Amino acid sequence: MSLDLTLIWAILIATAVFLYVVMDGFDLGIGILFPTFPEKADRDVMVNTVAPVWDGNETWLILGGGGLFAVFPLAYATLLPALYIPITLMLLALVFRGVAFEMRFRAASARAQTAWDAAFALGSYGAAFCQGICLGALVQGIRVEGRAYAGGWWDWLTPFSLLTGLALVAGYALLGACWLIWKTEGVLQLRAFRLARALGFATLFAIAAVSIAMPFLSPAFRGRWLTWPAMALAAPVPLLVAALGWRFLAALDRREEVAPFLCSLGFFLLSYIGLGISLFPMIVPPTVTIWDAATHPSSQLFLLVGTVVLLPMVLAYTGYVYWLFRGKVTAGAPGYH
Amino acid sequence: MTAFTLPSAVDLARTQFALTIVWHFLFPAFTIGLASFLAVLEGLWLRSGKAVYLDAYRYWLKVFAVAFAMGVVSGLVMSYQFGTNWSVFADRTAPILGPLLGYEVLTAFFLEAGFLGVMLFGLERVGPRLHFLATCLVAFGTLTSAFWILSANSWMQTPTGHVLGPDGRFAPADWWAIVFNPSFPYRFAHTVTGAYLTTAMIVGAVGAWHLLRERANPRARVMFSMAMWMAAIVAPAQLVIGDMHGANSYEHQPAKVAAMEGHFETQRRAPAYLFGWPDAAAGETRGAVGIPGLASLYLTHELDGEVRGLKSLPRETWPTNLPLVFWSFRIMVGLGLLMIALGLGSLWLRQRGRLYQTALFHRFAVAMGPSGLIAVTAGWTVTETGRQPFTVYGLLRTADSVSPVAAPAVAASLAAFAVVYLAVFGAGIWYLLHLFNQTPHAHEPGPPTGQPIRTAGITPAPSLDAPRPGGGRPAIQPAE
Repeated sequence: MSLDLTLIWAILIATAVFLYVVMDGFDLGIGILFPTFPEKADRDVMVNTVAPVWDGNETWLILGGGGLFAVFPLAYATLLPALYIPITLMLLALVFRGVAFEMRFRAASARAQTAWDAAFALGSYGAAFCQGICLGALVQGIRVEGRAYAGGWWDWLTPFSLLTGLALVAGYALLGACWLIWKTEGVLQLRAFRLARALGFATLFAIAAVSIAMPFLSPAFRGRWLTWPAMALAAPVPLLVAALGWRFLAALDRREEVAPFLCSLGFFLLSYIGLGISLFPMIVPPTVTIWDAATHPSSQLFLLVGTVVLLPMVLAYTGYVYWLFRGKVTAGAPGYH
Repeated sequence: MTAFTLPSAVDLARTQFALTIVWHFLFPAFTIGLASFLAVLEGLWLRSGKAVYLDAYRYWLKVFAVAFAMGVVSGLVMSYQFGTNWSVFADRTAPILGPLLGYEVLTAFFLEAGFLGVMLFGLERVGPRLHFLATCLVAFGTLTSAFWILSANSWMQTPTGHVLGPDGRFAPADWWAIVFNPSFPYRFAHTVTGAYLTTAMIVGAVGAWHLLRERANPRARVMFSMAMWMAAIVAPAQLVIGDMHGANSYEHQPAKVAAMEGHFETQRRAPAYLFGWPDAAAGETRGAVGIPGLASLYLTHELDGEVRGLKSLPRETWPTNLPLVFWSFRIMVGLGLLMIALGLGSLWLRQRGRLYQTALFHRFAVAMGPSGLIAVTAGWTVTETGRQPFTVYGLLRTADSVSPVAAPAVAASLAAFAVVYLAVFGAGIWYLLHLFNQTPHAHEPGPPTGQPIRTAGITPAPSLDAPRPGGGRPAIQPAE
């Protein structure tokens, strides 16, 4: 019973983290693209495309942290001290960004406007880069002894974690550009199309680089990706990425408006599945499995009972809000921020 | 060790927690009440059709958007800080506290964040009735959030319903007993009432500020009048609730209450000290001035009831900073009494028909603007520092709760938090003050629309705006 619960929870938390990554991903991506859109009018439209939903998007990050604490406390209690610096920087970046969101519309002077725009962009870069670093540091492994983190406070800093940091910045920027293709029109959309092509190449290159680097990190990864028959399970993932890359470029050429966003979601989903293949059932590699990290069965059950009811409701009204604010966003549209 | 010894990691982690939680709670303390206030305003507008309510709604909605955003991002920090700085605490208490926080996210945070978008931007898209529902859901979300987080905090104060394992980890035994632990109902009532008063003080101060400028402004009158009703009814109620909460604390956490009272000796006809300086080393409260028998009366509800002093309890369970507990309590109670005075004053003036004409009273209300925020902060200081030296009262010591993170890392992050919070939230609060200073107008525009903020007094002309992509439904005009 307890084993089944833990697996269900691992899938739920993984889903929550994925939903966070893609939802806050595109709105962080908007901030990452700020430097390429220096005009205030463009920036206003860009921010307006996410203004009604960004609060909800960020809530998935709270669910990720809260869920980890609730269900996999050992992972929470070892990962966060291990990632002390990047997590702290990420939170501070999100503080900057969240406040800049509200304040940039209300800036009294051009100088204040520039400052809040810079805070918004820097916050977005910082949050994305730190999240990527956290991912890389997790993948490369965290030293746990007893029930505590046993490494130093700079262990997370390696070439690999910097690579994953850059990869996530590129990926979020791609999501942002594709979101803009979907939600805007005219010149702004045209520029988003051009950016999406460059960022698509950058993201695919980053995925390839991370994939090539991973087998060098640990024999376990080599075992899963490069030895038969495990390879048979893993091989479709890179092939699907390649196929999707081709579809993505075709969509851009044909000026399709929704397909590029869906393709970039696909890149994230496939990369995420690839990570899952590499890591499962480790939650804090290389030693802690989801079952090691799981909380008391009664706690898992108590929260699951409510989650089964509440999570579909959350998804339903989140979907409703997205549907409500569907359609193109244009300059000066009333009802928007 | 160098010649400059850094404070210990646990002290730095405590400082960081204190800094981030105090900053954070300023926002929800305000927005819990503000969300309910907005729901009432919109309800009154829908029922009466009077534009003045919609104008007041829109005026405060802009404030709500900024305050709520600051609450979200500062709250996000809190949800990770248990892990970064208090990982041992997190590991041991997660089976109890984890699900409570999980339920907070699922029942409250998503509801608030999801419908905030509709509340801020959706009036034209969904129409007034659905929009009112969104406002109510956001208000309900803020209260639900308070329910879960206060249940979690109360369990740390009065833990029940658990089994403590040999490895120091808590396991749940009875969820009902955990969620509805002995101090929870009192703490919930006291905190939510405090949040409502905090909002009433701010709304009342802003209303008074504009009445001082323009006595006839109907928006300012509505705000001021509603806030003063709140103060008149709820501030005295809070005194009763607070007394019940105190009696409950006395039963379950006698050391905390002894520290609040500055009582070292167990005594009958125990005095309530007005002033003094509790000195743990000397074992007495220096320079104490008190009212004999009053503490016995409100703690035991008998004039010569026996009240336990700190010396009846083991020294290692005394709160670590007695003057802080003692004085924070007095600040909270003192401000509460001033709020009662404000409320009663408003009743008297209202009865004489001079509520909107008495400038001196308006100045008093303006001065009381931050009193709720200060009182709430002081109250939390009492309850949290009064729980020391434990994180889970009597069971898990603060010194045993901290992460194995090097002191320099904690010091660096503490410095970063201090600087960023001061700059970012400082700017945010400065902006809120700027909003408060703007006169509430007829045909108050909604939250800014990405265009320059409209000049005061000019009605926005919908026809000048670009056509809406959704199209179809007419824009909502203020009712006559």
